[in-house]
Amino acid sequence: MNQQAPAPSQPALPASLAANPKLSSWLKFSSAGQVTVSPGKVEIGQGIVTALAQIAADELDIDLSRVQMIRASTVASPNEGVTSGSLSIQQSGRALRHACAEVRRIFLQQAAERLGVDIDALEIEDGTISGPGNVRTSYWELADEVSLDRDATSGVTPKIATRRALAGSSTQRIDIPDKVFGRPRFIHDQTLAGMLHGRVLRPENARAKLSESSEDGARAVAGLVAIVRDGSFAGVVSETEHGAELAVRALRKGAVWSDGDPLPDENDLASFLKAQPSELTVIDTKTAMSSATAARTIRRQYTRPYIAHASIAPSCAMAQWDGDRVHVWTHSQGVYLLRADLALVLKLPVENITVEHMEGAGCYGHNAADDVALDAVLLARAVGGRPVRVQWSRQGEMSDAPFGAAMAIEIEADLDAQGEILAWRHSIWSNGHAARPGRAAQPALLAAFELEKPFPRMISTNPPQANGGGGDRNSIPLYDFPSWRIESHRLTTMPIRTSALRTLGGQGNVFAIESILDEIAAERGEDPLAFRLRHLRDERAKDVIRAVARRAKWKPEKQPGIGYGIGFGRYKNTGAYCAAIAEIEGAEEITVRKLTLAVDVGEAINPDGVINQIEGGAIQATSWVLKERVRFDRQRITSAGWMEYPILRFSEVPDVEVELIQRPDIDPVGAGEAAHGPVTAAIANAVFDALGVRVRDLPITRDRIIAAMELTS
Amino acid sequence: MPSVRFRLNGVETEVDADPDRSLLDILRGQLGVTGPHFGCGAGECGACNVIVGDRAVSACDTPLWSVADKDVTTIEGLGTSEQPHPLQRAFIAEQALQCGYCVSGILMSAAALLKRNPSPTSREVKEALDGNLCRCGSHNRMVRAVLRAAEEMAAG
Repeated sequence: MNQQAPAPSQPALPASLAANPKLSSWLKFSSAGQVTVSPGKVEIGQGIVTALAQIAADELDIDLSRVQMIRASTVASPNEGVTSGSLSIQQSGRALRHACAEVRRIFLQQAAERLGVDIDALEIEDGTISGPGNVRTSYWELADEVSLDRDATSGVTPKIATRRALAGSSTQRIDIPDKVFGRPRFIHDQTLAGMLHGRVLRPENARAKLSESSEDGARAVAGLVAIVRDGSFAGVVSETEHGAELAVRALRKGAVWSDGDPLPDENDLASFLKAQPSELTVIDTKTAMSSATAARTIRRQYTRPYIAHASIAPSCAMAQWDGDRVHVWTHSQGVYLLRADLALVLKLPVENITVEHMEGAGCYGHNAADDVALDAVLLARAVGGRPVRVQWSRQGEMSDAPFGAAMAIEIEADLDAQGEILAWRHSIWSNGHAARPGRAAQPALLAAFELEKPFPRMISTNPPQANGGGGDRNSIPLYDFPSWRIESHRLTTMPIRTSALRTLGGQGNVFAIESILDEIAAERGEDPLAFRLRHLRDERAKDVIRAVARRAKWKPEKQPGIGYGIGFGRYKNTGAYCAAIAEIEGAEEITVRKLTLAVDVGEAINPDGVINQIEGGAIQATSWVLKERVRFDRQRITSAGWMEYPILRFSEVPDVEVELIQRPDIDPVGAGEAAHGPVTAAIANAVFDALGVRVRDLPITRDRIIAAMELTS
Repeated sequence: MPSVRFRLNGVETEVDADPDRSLLDILRGQLGVTGPHFGCGAGECGACNVIVGDRAVSACDTPLWSVADKDVTTIEGLGTSEQPHPLQRAFIAEQALQCGYCVSGILMSAAALLKRNPSPTSREVKEALDGNLCRCGSHNRMVRAVLRAAEEMAAG
């Protein structure tokens, strides 16, 4: 075997830059004193575009106002896959930092040559390059002489942390002014010349087939341009949005559907999940160094329901055909991945398809953004070259988009006579947590399953542990238990459509681990915080726990009706560290009064941005824990609106305090998913502290608390 | 087609449309005013809130006829980047949003509150915004921003 070792002196390029090495694909200097920066990651409400602009400005030594961020598009942007998994800062940020460092160096070399001075004598301030004897030039003066159509090398090292001026400072987000002045920035608010409006008809049961449809009613609606029918996929196109609404309503009246497939019993998810055919993966095992005899074993089961993305905006897309080429505007998390799936459905080469990103409302994972893009493409195909805008209904958004998967988790712990953990077994039953577009030989888009010649429905899978895992995410203990076995049963049937939702399985697994630990600590009479610290070896982990304890003055004195609980996790076991303390109040109905969190993301590029993400994650997790559960009967999803799928309201939102532990010398990681698991566990443990009962099935509602109390008494 | 007249952001406006259609539909469609956002179409999320007279209402379940001869204010009429409303300044200062889709409705609820109660408590702000949903979890920042705007307005 002839293996070539990498040259030791050349550190590897960041992965995103290695995959997209051409420097000009990342940034260009425009004539008017601006830099256009073109990342492959997209704004989904998390503020990433601002953080990336900060990184570029810092590395290039230019003012932030000179940076223009370009929306991702398959025409020119680097292909960075999907904006997910809290990886944008890690992947795009590092790539951009290296690309900018190299570009800066290339310009300095050119300036040194032109000005006839030593490169080390040059300085850059806001893009002006100057040297001894008052010689000066700028990026923009040199732009014509320097070609960036060259590949990045790994020879240039970015600045050290202390030399960065912007990273680490809470710069205001560049997208916020548009949003508070109501300027059209969202895809929903765009208009294209000659634009038509489309709506798609969908059955109540996802597997139902459209057996009959009468089009007369729809045809009678003023402004109707086309009715599209291909198998069970049906939709209308109208001159106006109002006309499209009326026409699809009429089409629904004339539609007859087959029964479809039965849905599980929503009140017995654990039995359903455990009874389904599944594929078993042993995620991790650890063998004890010495054998000790267990005095007893405790076994607990935890469940979480299906959870909806429930974005405030229904998904929206626009598409326009030109012969056999199509242009798509989308709020998808991955323009190249969507393009790959569209190519499969349309049987066109990818070159014929342009996918361009536009901002949508908050995105918390694989929602209907990609589905509606195919809807728009299929409807637009029927109207020649006019663009068609399609927007889903609230009902569609809440019932047809993929959900976060329900989970049943069982943990068994063998304890010695002192209640110390000897062995630990963690088993997960769940559908896969990922069925994203662009990753398989078949498309993942809803309409593709409905066509006359349908593609098979995609069954969700789990990313491997090396990428953070799926249902098994965060299932490997961060604690030093002597032995463990972690296994995951991924269902191979999927009556309810699931895919990636914030944290994938992380929220469920952290909830389960941190709950049973709390129980074991309580039985030993040991402080749950001390118990955790005693079982952790990682100082960063211990630091967030100590920091949150200080901040929340752990443990406040016992008061009737008030409870405190703690939860800890390191997202994906490799990402951000987060510890949370919840303060709750109540008896049968509980209120979360306050959440205190400490977080460590390494270098925080935009500290306020990180805090905003953690606050948001904490509040969203509180909503999941107290309220959220996708409802269904045996035939259809019934939680199709805000009344049936309530989320946390202003009057119910806890105070949230976040302490950020800054580590400027450690590579940054994302913050968007760090809080969910720890907050979930902290609330559940606080319920026990206040009421003396363990609620092991989410959401923690009045009914569940009463049931747990009855079980205890 | 009957016509309905009202003042939109201070400008006399006449619309020829079925008076039973929703105000949101008319604003976003015929009038091209896209600040109020569609969220649910059932008056349950507040993303489309506008001020009619002095009250914040959801435009999606407000029939056009009901605003005849009234003042309708949308986010576009609240302030501009040159002359921002104190609430808009405060939302920027507090970085009080994540995705921002709900914000145009929330600003209208908050503006109506500050008009009837110039110095609300934090609890009163939360009550006034309780009909507005935010999915990103920016609630506390928004409450802080409303209180900040109130203080600024009181200071003149």
